[in-house]
Amino acid sequence: MQILLNGERFVTEATSLDELCAALGFADAKVATAVNGSFVAATARGNTQLTEADEVEIVAPRQGG
Amino acid sequence: MLELYGTRFTSRMLLGTAGYASPDILRQAVEASGAEIVTVSLRRESARARTGQGFWALIEQLGRRVLPNTAGCHTAKEPIATAQMARELFGTNWIKLEVIANDDTLQPDLFGLVEAAGVLCAEGFAVLPYTTEDMSAAERLIAAGCEVLMPWGSPIGSARGLANRSALQTLRAYFPDTPLIVDAGIGAPSHAAEAMEMGYDGVLLNTAVAKAGDPVKMAEGFASAIKAGRLAYEAGMIEPRDMASPSTPLAGTPFFKIDHAS
Repeated sequence: MQILLNGERFVTEATSLDELCAALGFADAKVATAVNGSFVAATARGNTQLTEADEVEIVAPRQGG
Repeated sequence: MLELYGTRFTSRMLLGTAGYASPDILRQAVEASGAEIVTVSLRRESARARTGQGFWALIEQLGRRVLPNTAGCHTAKEPIATAQMARELFGTNWIKLEVIANDDTLQPDLFGLVEAAGVLCAEGFAVLPYTTEDMSAAERLIAAGCEVLMPWGSPIGSARGLANRSALQTLRAYFPDTPLIVDAGIGAPSHAAEAMEMGYDGVLLNTAVAKAGDPVKMAEGFASAIKAGRLAYEAGMIEPRDMASPSTPLAGTPFFKIDHAS
């Protein structure tokens, strides 16, 4: 399945957002997620199924003004 | 003492964490500033670089309250999801709400700002909106539930200081009970002192410290200026006048002759 991960095309076998995070090594990382522009809480990632062309954002803390 | 959303702070300086030459300089600058609130953001995380993980460790070391921003958001919808992600990531319901109208001036989109503020306040966020000195926007933001307003001094990173001083003065006079923080455009400690002398409750800055020749020394300079400006406001400044007024007593001046006094 091909999705858009952080703005770039990405091929994955993960079927849920939780699996995608784990496959990327983010299982225990300090990250937050959104799918198709809407926030998905960490506790809801397991129940969030991914479908073709989904737009997934995975973000982390960064410097800011 | 500064009170924002029911929390009290000794320092009236809010410091950004971006643009420092190294994490160590950032850490030293935060310490020198005495700032109790530091702004942060969230950005896309790469599985390879994992940049955010290291930054999170640094934030934890700083031990300051973090104020996440929604920098870079352009629509009313983007900052909603960004704020929700920030709340989970940083474990705070505080959000510096930025909705940008124009990439050259980075001026706030007041329409998107008011809309997003309404949604976020209703969701229980403590919203600190980055706004302009516009009075009607200020009224709408307060009606939406914002307890703090953060008007710009001048465009972000421009170092021009208080570009519209009289409008900022009017805003201060019109909202005497709302904490007002000048956010953006500060270049010199004198700019920050000027805002504080006008009765502003605090100053939020980043670039002026981060890009200074010596950011640690500049952080201390700003802390002093903000403190000085606040003391001056509390003390009550004298009014300017057109003609000189001798500060040394005239009475008993040696060699005084009455015709000199006319």
